[in-house]
Amino acid sequence: MQVGIGALALFVAAAFVSPAIAGETIHVTIQNLKFAPVNISAHVGDTIEWTNKDIVEHSATALNKEFDVVMPANGVGRVTLARPGKIDYFCRFHPFMKGEIVVAP
Amino acid sequence: MRLLGAAAAFALAFTSLPALAQGAKPNDAEIAHIAYTAGVIDIKAAKLALQKSKNKEVRDFAQNMVHDHTAVNDQALALVKKLKVTPEDNDTSKALVKQADAERAKLEKLSGAKFDKAYADNEVAYHKAVDNALETVLIPNATNPELKDLLKTGLKIFQGHEMHAEQVAASLK
Repeated sequence: MQVGIGALALFVAAAFVSPAIAGETIHVTIQNLKFAPVNISAHVGDTIEWTNKDIVEHSATALNKEFDVVMPANGVGRVTLARPGKIDYFCRFHPFMKGEIVVAP
Repeated sequence: MRLLGAAAAFALAFTSLPALAQGAKPNDAEIAHIAYTAGVIDIKAAKLALQKSKNKEVRDFAQNMVHDHTAVNDQALALVKKLKVTPEDNDTSKALVKQADAERAKLEKLSGAKFDKAYADNEVAYHKAVDNALETVLIPNATNPELKDLLKTGLKIFQGHEMHAEQVAASLK
């Protein structure tokens, strides 16, 4: 019985936490070979959505190899952030294009 | 030294563009031809680099030049088709091709680190010259707004290439 209540409490807690787990979508535009905004603050569970408005292909590639998303011309790419920390990323086709995501728990 | 000379000659072809264009400003059909030709030249140089180089940064750069210039030229072709403009060959395009052929012949004789360095340095000089020509001659003289926009888009991309080429050239020192 105690276990049951515990489980229920956990379930309720999870229900309250779930909006954060579902996360919000943060939009980044790629235009003229730049990420905008360059610096992003996010939370674990948030999704970053890059929209490539250039006529050439780009990528968002994390230096720590956590993600490597390729966006074709006029394409969209998404990554859901799994862990807290600071992620530096770049476009591996145009390595001078850089961005940063600070992920809070 | 000879290679530096070749890079300078490349730059000269473009920096002398205003002189070539002074008598008669290039029209849209000529501008389209010059811009397209400049892209084709860089794709050919990149393909040579992909044949010859074993350096990862050089190869990545060259691969990207093929991708990006092909993408821009595809847009250019679609645009001239839409506008019913037939690109016109002209003295500037001819001078560019002639110099590019000479430069490629020199690069073909090199190998290893010497090739990498010469290719990267030339890419820096070439993109500088193309960007300058776009800014000072091609964009100001383009009359069709869509052509002007595409040239401006191209300029942003090629300015990025210039930075990338500088990174690659610096990594080889």
